[in-house]
Amino acid sequence: MVTHESGGHHHPPTGFIRKYIFSVDHKVIGIQYYFLALFSVFLGMTLSLLMRIHLVWPAAKLPFTPGGVMTPEQYLALVTMHGTIMVFMVLTTAPQSGFGNYILPIQIGAEDMAFPVLNMLSFWVTFVSLMVMVTAFFVTGGAPISGWTAYPTLSALGQITGPGQGAGQTLWVIGLGIFCVASLLGALNFITTTIDLRAKGMTFGRLPLTVWAWLITAVLALLAFGVLLAACILLLLDRTAGTSFFIPGGLVVTDTPITWHKGGSPLLWQHLFWFFGHPEVYIAILPGMGVASHVLSTFSRKPVFGYRAMVGAMCAIGFLGFCVWGHHMFISGMSPYSAFAFSLMTMTIGVPSAIKTFNWLGTLWGAQIRFTTAMLFALGFVSLFVTGGLSGLFLAQPSLDLYLHDTYFVVAHFHLIMGVAAIFGIFSATYFWYPKMFGRMLNESIGRLHFWITFVGVYCIFMPMHFLGLAGHPRRYADLTGVNFLAPLHAVHYFITISAMVVITMQLLFLFNFFYSMKAGKIAGDNPYEATTLEWAIPSPPPFDNFAGQVPVVYRGAYEFGVPGAHADFIPQHLVPAKAGRSH
Amino acid sequence: MHRKISEKGSAAIAFCLALIIVAFTVITVYMFAAKSWWFPPAISAFGTQIDAQFHRTLVITGIVFVLAQLGLAWVIFRYRDQGRKVEFFEGNSTLEFVWTVATVVLFVGLGLYGEHAWAEAHFQGAAPGALQVEITGQQFAWNFRYAGPDGKWGQTKPELVSASSGNPLGLDPRDPAAKDDIVSPTMYVPEGREVEVLIRTQDVTHSFYVRELRLKQDAVPGMVIHMHFNATVPGEYEIACAELCGLGHYRMRSFLYVVSQADYDKWIRDQEAALQ
Repeated sequence: MVTHESGGHHHPPTGFIRKYIFSVDHKVIGIQYYFLALFSVFLGMTLSLLMRIHLVWPAAKLPFTPGGVMTPEQYLALVTMHGTIMVFMVLTTAPQSGFGNYILPIQIGAEDMAFPVLNMLSFWVTFVSLMVMVTAFFVTGGAPISGWTAYPTLSALGQITGPGQGAGQTLWVIGLGIFCVASLLGALNFITTTIDLRAKGMTFGRLPLTVWAWLITAVLALLAFGVLLAACILLLLDRTAGTSFFIPGGLVVTDTPITWHKGGSPLLWQHLFWFFGHPEVYIAILPGMGVASHVLSTFSRKPVFGYRAMVGAMCAIGFLGFCVWGHHMFISGMSPYSAFAFSLMTMTIGVPSAIKTFNWLGTLWGAQIRFTTAMLFALGFVSLFVTGGLSGLFLAQPSLDLYLHDTYFVVAHFHLIMGVAAIFGIFSATYFWYPKMFGRMLNESIGRLHFWITFVGVYCIFMPMHFLGLAGHPRRYADLTGVNFLAPLHAVHYFITISAMVVITMQLLFLFNFFYSMKAGKIAGDNPYEATTLEWAIPSPPPFDNFAGQVPVVYRGAYEFGVPGAHADFIPQHLVPAKAGRSH
Repeated sequence: MHRKISEKGSAAIAFCLALIIVAFTVITVYMFAAKSWWFPPAISAFGTQIDAQFHRTLVITGIVFVLAQLGLAWVIFRYRDQGRKVEFFEGNSTLEFVWTVATVVLFVGLGLYGEHAWAEAHFQGAAPGALQVEITGQQFAWNFRYAGPDGKWGQTKPELVSASSGNPLGLDPRDPAAKDDIVSPTMYVPEGREVEVLIRTQDVTHSFYVRELRLKQDAVPGMVIHMHFNATVPGEYEIACAELCGLGHYRMRSFLYVVSQADYDKWIRDQEAALQ
């Protein structure tokens, strides 16, 4: 373990630009990431709202659609950009780069990340990536229509395969490549920081589960994003340099033979993409698991049930997450024998997920639950995680996937588990750490209202999608009139759209609360929740170097709540043993 | 021991949240039992087998779902803050062991059980004497080719492909084997006959999907993928595209007609007559 250099290579900056724009302070960078994700999530939700309205009222005149009525290619452009922005700019960015950046160094007792300048660079590279992607909306042909998975040859042959497949798709793949670079830089920083900069006494066995989650996520990101970066470069070369990594010979697009490509394989892209894409699901959800464990324990006033099992389960999920990518490809033409292996590995990954659920229930068992908004969202996370996880057991079986693949059943599954469960993790983290970040509490009444509507609402949006899928409804259909068997499903779509309109509108409550409370919220104090980890040992918001030069020493694990014989029902990690009472 | 007084309204919140979770669980179970929106009836023995595995999976996941959600609702209500002492414990190795083993057996066992149907569809080839049909996807249409009386596929050439002039597959008129190939925008098969399909695409990835057969298979550029089925219930069934293939993806539709052997023979004769 490296000790901290003392004596000021690290002075607080004074100018506005160095303080708030090109800052090297992990706390400012964390908030920058958070705001980037906040902008992106509202953009992504708006896109989904337009899609939902179009499906139910196809003749509706909508803003942002030149000519008034939405065309199929505009719908698919929304599909692509909604998925891309949500997965990368929200689910990858907010829980890991946002909260991880802000909280991880403080929770391990470090003054900053290991490489502060690299950290600043990661954020600004992410920002450039977002700008490049959003530009795709404004070029000739518009944004790409090949979905966030961008399967070649649709994504590789250019304008000839459809509008948006020219400049729009090129910008998309460049933007994604840039994002990979940013994520790799961030992952290196997280891993180094966690290994090298822990305070005295902060052993791995005493790390908060949030830190474990961020560490494992960083390892996943380091191994996964490199592969996606390679895939993006190959696709870009196919599109612009005449290579044929993903394009076989003999193709004919709308009666035009493609004579300049030979010898590539579209399946190669799918393998590379999903080798990244499945770990990406865990990159999105693991930080949420960490937050849920942390918040559940804090407001249960009890230790986490089975700390070691929780860490082990996260490690197992991280490892197995790299062995299951083929379950996205059961019907892709891949060898049916490997489908067998991928299927069994996928059923196996359900086991550590189940362990986590059992342990969350074990943490709540015998508790004295304090229903803060952060706690409500953590409880909602558990419910959503169970619901979204169990539908995975259907999709993991190739025989059932023959029917369910690429239907709304899949849409329901991944939105519940990696979409809204992860978002509930983000909300829980926001309500939990906002007081630390901004010095004031979020309004609890508005927060609770926000929770009730969102919790009921997301189930109203995504549960009915299972039934669309069971009725065979393929996903990514711009219109419901092309196939007759969709006719009886209109009522379900109608219900989903109305629910989505309510839920999305009500997110403005959260936005209002977020900015209103910065000025008018109740003053938080150092430790408003009587919590144990190091971020609660310092002022809210924390000073520039976090601990004002006095880095704490850690004496115990992260979840010493309700210890029999102790002076208080919580024992902070840094409290010297003599003051703790009979410490556990 | 210093403790905070529990927040006012804690019981109401606990009750509401538990109630919502219970209501959600009950509604979900009801919806899956009512089957208002559900699979269309299967038209092959294979489809029936898939449905049976689906129901097995539904029952097992359903039980886990109900237990987990009701368990969550219970602990939320039961263990709300009432100003008592918590029951202090940090884990239980026996319990961890028991539920780990239980889920391994349940989940992996379920997975193994479902592999039979997959093996039947993919590990085994079509039965001997199967009717061969070649399926070709292109933006945004399906074409079905039958080899004709000579039983041979004629040659196709990319440069001859012209959907607008009636040669969507690019059949080479100089190849004698191509002369009797029947190309149809819809698919006819005789009931109760094993059919082997050769799935390919001209341009981008499509996916051949017939709900009633419980079959879906991507058509991948550069590959010819074999599948087989045996449809036993006559009727008209929609063929849809299940893999995003461009702006017309949603209307890339055709029909599968499962007909009696006599009607099938008549259809083939009519097609052959049209070629002359």
